[in-house]
Amino acid sequence: MHLVYPAVLAALLFCTGLYGVLARRNAVLVLLSVELMLNAVNLNLVAFDVWLRDELHAGQALTLFTIAIAAAEIGIGLAIVLLVHRNRGTADIDRLRDLREDANDPDANAPRPAGGDAARGEKAEAAA
Amino acid sequence: MSGTLAAGAHGFLSPTGIEIAFLLVGLVTLGAAVLTVTTRQLVHAALWLVVALGGLAVEYLLLTAEFIAWVQVLIYVGSVVVLLLFGLMLTKAPIGRSPDADSGNRPVALAVAGAAAIALVWVVLDAFRSTWIGVHGQVQGSTKVTGEVLFRHWVLPFEALSVLLLAALVGAIVLSRKRRADERADEEER
Repeated sequence: MHLVYPAVLAALLFCTGLYGVLARRNAVLVLLSVELMLNAVNLNLVAFDVWLRDELHAGQALTLFTIAIAAAEIGIGLAIVLLVHRNRGTADIDRLRDLREDANDPDANAPRPAGGDAARGEKAEAAA
Repeated sequence: MSGTLAAGAHGFLSPTGIEIAFLLVGLVTLGAAVLTVTTRQLVHAALWLVVALGGLAVEYLLLTAEFIAWVQVLIYVGSVVVLLLFGLMLTKAPIGRSPDADSGNRPVALAVAGAAAIALVWVVLDAFRSTWIGVHGQVQGSTKVTGEVLFRHWVLPFEALSVLLLAALVGAIVLSRKRRADERADEEER
Protein backbone atom coordinates (compact mmCIF):
# COMPACT_ATOMS: atom_id res chain seq x y z
CA MET A 1 0.00 0.00 0.00
CA HIS A 2 1.26 3.44 -0.82
CA LEU A 3 2.00 5.49 2.28
CA VAL A 4 0.38 8.42 0.55
CA TYR A 5 -3.16 7.11 1.05
CA PRO A 6 -3.21 7.10 4.87
CA ALA A 7 -1.09 10.25 5.05
CA VAL A 8 -3.39 12.23 2.76
CA LEU A 9 -6.49 10.91 4.51
CA ALA A 10 -5.02 11.95 7.86
CA ALA A 11 -4.20 15.43 6.55
CA LEU A 12 -7.70 15.91 5.16
CA LEU A 13 -9.34 14.64 8.35
CA PHE A 14 -7.18 17.00 10.39
CA CYS A 15 -8.22 19.96 8.26
CA THR A 16 -11.89 18.93 8.56
CA GLY A 17 -11.50 18.97 12.32
CA LEU A 18 -9.71 22.32 12.12
CA TYR A 19 -12.64 23.78 10.20
CA GLY A 20 -15.05 22.38 12.78
CA VAL A 21 -13.12 23.87 15.69
CA LEU A 22 -13.05 27.29 14.06
CA ALA A 23 -16.56 27.37 12.63
CA ARG A 24 -18.76 25.65 15.19
CA ARG A 25 -20.61 27.63 17.82
CA ASN A 26 -21.72 24.97 20.30
CA ALA A 27 -18.93 24.01 22.69
CA VAL A 28 -19.77 20.30 22.54
CA LEU A 29 -19.45 20.36 18.76
CA VAL A 30 -16.06 22.02 19.10
CA LEU A 31 -14.95 19.14 21.36
CA LEU A 32 -16.27 16.73 18.75
CA SER A 33 -14.13 18.40 16.08
CA VAL A 34 -11.11 18.15 18.37
CA GLU A 35 -11.75 14.40 18.48
CA LEU A 36 -11.59 14.32 14.68
CA MET A 37 -8.21 16.07 14.74
CA LEU A 38 -6.86 13.65 17.35
CA ASN A 39 -8.01 10.71 15.25
CA ALA A 40 -6.24 12.08 12.21
CA VAL A 41 -3.02 12.17 14.20
CA ASN A 42 -3.64 8.59 15.35
CA LEU A 43 -4.02 7.41 11.77
CA ASN A 44 -0.72 9.08 10.89
CA LEU A 45 1.03 7.43 13.84
CA VAL A 46 -0.25 3.97 12.94
CA ALA A 47 0.60 4.33 9.26
CA PHE A 48 4.16 5.45 9.92
CA ASP A 49 4.62 2.76 12.55
CA VAL A 50 3.59 0.08 10.06
CA TRP A 51 5.85 1.62 7.43
CA LEU A 52 8.94 1.83 9.62
CA ARG A 53 8.42 -1.61 11.25
CA ASP A 54 9.69 -0.16 14.48
CA GLU A 55 10.97 -2.67 17.02
CA LEU A 56 9.45 -0.75 19.92
CA HIS A 57 6.25 -0.02 18.02
CA ALA A 58 6.46 3.56 19.23
CA GLY A 59 3.72 4.67 16.87
CA GLN A 60 1.16 2.20 18.13
CA ALA A 61 2.07 2.76 21.78
CA LEU A 62 1.73 6.52 21.27
CA THR A 63 -1.60 5.95 19.54
CA LEU A 64 -2.88 4.11 22.61
CA PHE A 65 -1.61 6.93 24.81
CA THR A 66 -3.31 9.50 22.59
CA ILE A 67 -6.58 7.61 22.83
CA ALA A 68 -6.34 7.57 26.63
CA ILE A 69 -5.48 11.27 26.75
CA ALA A 70 -8.36 12.02 24.42
CA ALA A 71 -10.70 10.17 26.77
CA ALA A 72 -9.41 12.24 29.70
CA GLU A 73 -9.72 15.40 27.65
CA ILE A 74 -13.30 14.73 26.63
CA GLY A 75 -14.27 14.01 30.23
CA ILE A 76 -12.76 17.21 31.61
CA GLY A 77 -13.96 19.25 28.64
CA LEU A 78 -17.54 18.10 28.96
CA ALA A 79 -17.48 18.75 32.71
CA ILE A 80 -16.32 22.31 32.04
CA VAL A 81 -18.94 22.80 29.34
CA LEU A 82 -21.66 21.53 31.67
CA LEU A 83 -20.45 23.87 34.40
CA VAL A 84 -20.50 26.82 32.01
CA HIS A 85 -23.95 25.85 30.82
CA ARG A 86 -25.20 25.61 34.38
CA ASN A 87 -23.79 29.00 35.34
CA ARG A 88 -24.57 30.91 32.17
CA GLY A 89 -27.47 29.08 30.60
CA THR A 90 -25.66 28.70 27.30
CA ALA A 91 -22.91 26.58 25.79
CA ASP A 92 -22.33 28.89 22.82
CA ILE A 93 -18.72 29.91 22.57
CA ASP A 94 -19.60 33.20 20.91
CA ARG A 95 -21.45 34.38 23.98
CA LEU A 96 -18.69 33.62 26.49
CA ARG A 97 -16.83 36.86 26.06
CA ASP A 98 -16.25 38.09 29.58
CA LEU A 99 -12.49 38.20 29.17
CA ARG A 100 -12.59 40.50 26.19
CA GLU A 101 -10.38 43.56 26.48
CA ASP A 102 -12.90 46.27 25.64
CA ALA A 103 -15.51 45.41 28.22
CA ASN A 104 -17.43 48.66 27.69
CA ASP A 105 -18.26 47.80 24.12
CA PRO A 106 -19.22 44.14 24.25
CA ASP A 107 -20.16 43.65 20.61
CA ALA A 108 -17.71 45.83 18.75
CA ASN A 109 -16.24 43.05 16.66
CA ALA A 110 -19.37 41.00 16.19
CA PRO A 111 -22.16 42.85 14.44
CA ARG A 112 -24.38 39.79 14.04
CA PRO A 113 -25.17 38.58 17.57
CA ALA A 114 -26.27 42.03 18.64
CA GLY A 115 -27.62 43.47 21.92
CA GLY A 116 -30.20 40.77 22.56
CA ASP A 117 -27.54 38.19 23.26
CA ALA A 118 -25.65 40.41 25.66
CA ALA A 119 -28.83 41.15 27.59
CA ARG A 120 -29.60 37.45 27.70
CA GLY A 121 -26.12 36.63 28.95
CA GLU A 122 -26.47 39.18 31.74
CA LYS A 123 -29.83 37.73 32.68
CA ALA A 124 -28.40 34.23 32.87
CA GLU A 125 -25.55 35.56 34.98
CA ALA A 126 -27.97 37.24 37.34
CA ALA A 127 -30.00 34.05 37.59
CA ALA A 128 -26.88 32.09 38.47
CA MET B 1 12.06 1.22 4.82
CA SER B 2 11.35 -2.25 3.67
CA GLY B 3 9.49 -1.18 0.62
CA THR B 4 11.06 2.02 -0.55
CA LEU B 5 12.67 0.29 -3.46
CA ALA B 6 9.66 -1.82 -4.23
CA ALA B 7 7.54 1.28 -4.60
CA GLY B 8 8.89 1.86 -8.05
CA ALA B 9 7.16 -1.28 -9.21
CA HIS B 10 3.79 -0.13 -7.88
CA GLY B 11 2.07 2.60 -9.82
CA PHE B 12 -0.89 4.63 -8.68
CA LEU B 13 -2.84 3.47 -11.73
CA SER B 14 -2.76 -0.21 -10.77
CA PRO B 15 -3.92 -0.26 -7.15
CA THR B 16 -3.98 -3.42 -5.14
CA GLY B 17 -7.11 -4.76 -3.48
CA ILE B 18 -6.11 -3.39 -0.09
CA GLU B 19 -5.56 0.02 -1.61
CA ILE B 20 -8.98 0.03 -3.23
CA ALA B 21 -10.59 -0.98 0.07
CA PHE B 22 -8.59 1.68 1.91
CA LEU B 23 -9.62 4.31 -0.62
CA LEU B 24 -13.32 3.46 -0.46
CA VAL B 25 -13.43 3.34 3.34
CA GLY B 26 -11.37 6.53 3.41
CA LEU B 27 -13.90 8.31 1.20
CA VAL B 28 -16.73 7.20 3.50
CA THR B 29 -14.73 8.34 6.53
CA LEU B 30 -13.94 11.71 5.04
CA GLY B 31 -17.53 12.25 3.94
CA ALA B 32 -18.80 11.41 7.41
CA ALA B 33 -16.23 13.76 8.94
CA VAL B 34 -17.29 16.60 6.64
CA LEU B 35 -20.93 15.97 7.52
CA THR B 36 -19.96 15.95 11.19
CA VAL B 37 -18.61 19.47 11.02
CA THR B 38 -21.22 20.89 8.64
CA THR B 39 -24.58 19.38 9.59
CA ARG B 40 -27.01 21.73 11.28
CA GLN B 41 -28.59 19.01 13.42
CA LEU B 42 -26.44 18.76 16.51
CA VAL B 43 -27.31 15.18 17.43
CA HIS B 44 -26.72 14.06 13.86
CA ALA B 45 -23.21 15.48 14.09
CA ALA B 46 -22.43 13.07 16.93
CA LEU B 47 -23.94 10.18 14.98
CA TRP B 48 -21.92 11.01 11.85
CA LEU B 49 -18.86 11.02 14.10
CA VAL B 50 -19.65 7.36 14.85
CA VAL B 51 -19.44 6.60 11.12
CA ALA B 52 -16.15 8.49 10.80
CA LEU B 53 -14.58 6.76 13.81
CA GLY B 54 -15.82 3.35 12.69
CA GLY B 55 -14.33 3.96 9.27
CA LEU B 56 -11.03 4.83 10.91
CA ALA B 57 -11.19 1.55 12.83
CA VAL B 58 -11.52 -0.29 9.51
CA GLU B 59 -8.51 1.65 8.20
CA TYR B 60 -6.50 0.50 11.21
CA LEU B 61 -7.50 -3.08 10.41
CA LEU B 62 -6.36 -2.62 6.83
CA LEU B 63 -3.04 -1.30 8.15
CA THR B 64 -2.78 -4.54 10.22
CA ALA B 65 -3.05 -2.71 13.54
CA GLU B 66 -5.71 -4.97 15.01
CA PHE B 67 -5.43 -4.00 18.65
CA ILE B 68 -5.67 -0.28 17.90
CA ALA B 69 -8.73 -0.93 15.77
CA TRP B 70 -10.60 -2.68 18.56
CA VAL B 71 -9.50 -0.11 21.13
CA GLN B 72 -10.83 2.52 18.74
CA VAL B 73 -14.19 0.78 18.54
CA LEU B 74 -14.36 0.27 22.29
CA ILE B 75 -13.26 3.67 23.50
CA TYR B 76 -14.26 6.08 20.77
CA VAL B 77 -17.40 4.55 19.33
CA GLY B 78 -18.36 3.02 22.63
CA SER B 79 -17.76 5.70 25.21
CA VAL B 80 -16.58 9.00 23.80
CA VAL B 81 -19.54 9.36 21.45
CA VAL B 82 -21.92 8.41 24.25
CA LEU B 83 -20.29 11.06 26.43
CA LEU B 84 -20.67 13.61 23.66
CA LEU B 85 -24.34 12.71 23.22
CA PHE B 86 -24.87 13.10 26.96
CA GLY B 87 -23.10 16.45 26.79
CA LEU B 88 -25.34 17.59 23.95
CA MET B 89 -28.46 16.56 25.81
CA LEU B 90 -27.41 17.97 29.17
CA THR B 91 -26.67 21.35 27.58
CA LYS B 92 -30.19 21.32 26.12
CA ALA B 93 -29.06 21.16 22.52
CA PRO B 94 -32.01 21.71 20.23
CA ILE B 95 -33.36 18.64 18.49
CA GLY B 96 -33.80 19.27 14.81
CA ARG B 97 -32.24 21.92 12.63
CA SER B 98 -30.65 24.81 14.46
CA PRO B 99 -29.82 27.67 12.10
CA ASP B 100 -27.08 29.09 14.34
CA ALA B 101 -24.93 25.98 14.56
CA ASP B 102 -22.09 27.76 12.76
CA SER B 103 -20.61 30.95 14.11
CA GLY B 104 -19.97 34.12 12.20
CA ASN B 105 -16.36 33.36 11.34
CA ARG B 106 -17.27 30.51 9.04
CA PRO B 107 -15.63 31.97 5.88
CA VAL B 108 -12.40 32.55 7.77
CA ALA B 109 -12.52 29.00 9.12
CA LEU B 110 -13.11 27.68 5.62
CA ALA B 111 -10.16 29.67 4.29
CA VAL B 112 -7.82 28.51 7.08
CA ALA B 113 -8.85 24.88 6.75
CA GLY B 114 -8.59 24.99 2.96
CA ALA B 115 -5.13 26.55 3.06
CA ALA B 116 -3.97 24.02 5.64
CA ALA B 117 -5.39 21.15 3.59
CA ILE B 118 -3.70 22.31 0.39
CA ALA B 119 -0.36 22.84 2.11
CA LEU B 120 -0.41 19.55 4.01
CA VAL B 121 -1.55 17.42 1.09
CA TRP B 122 0.99 19.03 -1.19
CA VAL B 123 3.85 18.42 1.22
CA VAL B 124 2.76 14.86 1.95
CA LEU B 125 2.40 14.02 -1.73
CA ASP B 126 5.77 15.52 -2.47
CA ALA B 127 7.51 13.70 0.37
CA PHE B 128 5.98 10.22 0.25
CA ARG B 129 5.01 9.78 -3.37
CA SER B 130 7.17 6.71 -3.84
CA THR B 131 6.97 5.17 -0.39
CA TRP B 132 5.51 1.72 -0.11
CA ILE B 133 4.13 -0.01 2.98
CA GLY B 134 4.39 -3.76 2.98
CA VAL B 135 1.22 -4.90 4.71
CA HIS B 136 1.43 -8.48 3.55
CA GLY B 137 4.12 -9.57 5.97
CA GLN B 138 3.55 -10.39 9.59
CA VAL B 139 0.81 -8.53 11.42
CA GLN B 140 2.28 -5.37 12.94
CA GLY B 141 -0.19 -4.68 15.69
CA SER B 142 -1.66 -7.92 16.97
CA THR B 143 -2.66 -7.99 20.61
CA LYS B 144 0.35 -10.15 21.48
CA VAL B 145 2.85 -7.81 19.89
CA THR B 146 1.21 -4.69 21.30
CA GLY B 147 0.97 -6.15 24.78
CA GLU B 148 4.59 -7.27 24.81
CA VAL B 149 5.84 -3.92 23.61
CA LEU B 150 3.57 -1.94 25.87
CA PHE B 151 4.45 -3.79 29.06
CA ARG B 152 8.12 -4.28 28.30
CA HIS B 153 9.26 -0.95 26.89
CA TRP B 154 6.46 1.47 27.66
CA VAL B 155 5.55 0.54 31.22
CA LEU B 156 6.47 3.84 32.86
CA PRO B 157 4.51 6.06 30.44
CA PHE B 158 1.64 3.61 30.73
CA GLU B 159 1.53 3.93 34.51
CA ALA B 160 1.91 7.72 34.35
CA LEU B 161 -1.00 7.75 31.96
CA SER B 162 -3.15 5.75 34.34
CA VAL B 163 -2.47 8.35 37.04
CA LEU B 164 -3.41 11.08 34.56
CA LEU B 165 -6.64 9.28 33.75
CA LEU B 166 -7.47 8.96 37.44
CA ALA B 167 -6.75 12.66 37.97
CA ALA B 168 -9.01 13.53 35.04
CA LEU B 169 -11.76 11.34 36.45
CA VAL B 170 -11.57 12.97 39.87
CA GLY B 171 -11.42 16.40 38.26
CA ALA B 172 -14.48 15.73 36.14
CA ILE B 173 -16.43 14.56 39.18
CA VAL B 174 -15.38 17.59 41.24
CA LEU B 175 -16.23 19.98 38.42
CA SER B 176 -19.63 18.56 37.65
CA ARG B 177 -20.76 17.98 41.23
CA LYS B 178 -23.81 20.03 41.99
CA ARG B 179 -23.35 22.15 45.09
CA ARG B 180 -26.53 22.63 47.01
CA ALA B 181 -27.45 25.97 48.53
CA ASP B 182 -27.31 24.82 52.16
CA GLU B 183 -23.90 23.28 51.56
CA ARG B 184 -22.67 26.57 50.17
CA ALA B 185 -24.12 28.45 53.13
CA ASP B 186 -22.34 26.11 55.50
CA GLU B 187 -19.04 26.83 53.86
CA GLU B 188 -19.62 30.54 54.00
CA GLU B 189 -20.37 30.40 57.71
CA ARG B 190 -17.10 28.63 58.41
